Amino acid sequence: MNAAQRLLAAATLAWLAAPAPAQPSGEDLYRTYCAQCHGLQGNGKGINVRDMSVQPRDHTDSKYMAGRTDDELRTAVVEGGQALSKSVLMPPWGSVLEPQEVDALVAYMRELCDCQHGRP
Amino acid sequence: MKRHIASLVVFLAAAPLWAASGETVLQERCAQCHDLTGPAPSTLEELWTRKGPDLFYAGVKYKPEWMERWLQNPSRIRPAGMFYGKHVRTGPDGQDVIDVASLVEHPRLSPGEAEAVTRVLMAKKATPAPVQEGAYQPGRISLRMGELMFDKFKGCLACHQIEPDYGGLSGPEVYTVTERLREDFLVAYLRDPQAFDPKIFMPNKKLKERDIQKFIHYFRALAQEVKP
Ligand code: HEC
Ligand code: HEC
Ligand code: HEC
Repeated sequence: MNAAQRLLAAATLAWLAAPAPAQPSGEDLYRTYCAQCHGLQGNGKGINVRDMSVQPRDHTDSKYMAGRTDDELRTAVVEGGQALSKSVLMPPWGSVLEPQEVDALVAYMRELCDCQHGRP
Repeated sequence: MKRHIASLVVFLAAAPLWAASGETVLQERCAQCHDLTGPAPSTLEELWTRKGPDLFYAGVKYKPEWMERWLQNPSRIRPAGMFYGKHVRTGPDGQDVIDVASLVEHPRLSPGEAEAVTRVLMAKKATPAPVQEGAYQPGRISLRMGELMFDKFKGCLACHQIEPDYGGLSGPEVYTVTERLREDFLVAYLRDPQAFDPKIFMPNKKLKERDIQKFIHYFRALAQEVKP
């Protein structure tokens, strides 16, 4: 290897080793996009609720949340309430969030309810 | 006549000085909270720590008459601050409330400073997305129909107030929005908020162009109705 090749190899290695930009956690995403309505605690009591005609879902309600599949939760987040015949007050986030971010949010909602589909 | 020419010369010579002092005020008293160069936050961390609205494209966004007035007598526009997460806590009953004491009072400028600063800001046009002159075409909508769209059909009321103390709190009040912002900018922003502010927590509802126009008619009607 000459000097230039060594430099190139070193640069390539450095590039490969550089950490990928960290993906935000489900909790961070929730506190940014969802807590305004669903609340910091995920209990459906965010700052926006007073004048809302339909109240946001309580994501800590394990009985209700166990009745939903992960795919249904994903659909609600990406396409909004209307996609599940629910209120328009639940907005669509599909053009704001990446698919991995939606997955992280679904996982975080499962933490909030401490439940899985069919297992409250 | 000579005297007039002399004062004109003095005026022309002083003009850049005023502009420069607007620039100085901006750098010394505004830049710590407002981004004057861009780009907009591209991570959640940057979104959370943003201390004031981006001003690097102020010239395409704001109405200068409003800005000059507001800077002399600022009032709250966003009930929960820039990022609500920094100004909200959960009460004992589990209900989130705004911690009003955590919101900052906005600096107030003298009439001369407000004029100079507004002039410098109006020259900032590094818009992240195109804003088309004449995109908004004035028209009318009844307040009743406008509210129906804003609440029942599109769910915007969840985050925005349509009169003092009625509506959601995480976004800016909309009953003053057409006093503050240029209608042509609003057309572009409502089409795609993330084109201006990639991480902003306003959803993109894929509004039809016709509905965008109607929303702006509605905001103009509201501004007439609700004089704060
Ligand atoms: C503007 C207020 C608002 C925001 C912001 C919001 N939601 Fe909702 N959400 C609602 C409302 C209202 C409902 C209840 C809809 C109904 O029951 O008809 C709801 C319901 C839901 C549901 C339940 C749908 C069902 O199966 O019944 C899920 C899941 C959900 N939201 C997830 C989220 C996530 C994740 C975010 C953040 C990315 C979020 N929401 C942001 C208002 C909001
Ligand atoms: C301590 C931080 C801080 C400083 C310093 C500050 N601002 Fe602000 N500015 C804010 C915040 C926060 C808002 C949003 C207020 C609201 O929504 O109620 C704001 C709003 C504005 C707005 C209205 C924009 C909009 O979209 O609502 C303008 C114009 C403005 N500031 C200009 C200035 C100028 C000019 C200076 C310097 C003289 C300045 N600011 C200094 C924090 C600051
Ligand atoms: C989930 C909350 C949320 C919903 C729902 C929502 N917005 Fe917003 N809106 C915001 C936020 C946050 C901003 C940006 C605030 C900023 O720039 O600081 C915003 C900005 C705006 C602005 C610019 C206001 C300004 O002063 O800068 C307008 C106009 C607007 N929204 C209209 C609408 C319309 C119309 C709808 C319904 C189709 C809607 N919003 C739905 C949260 C929301």
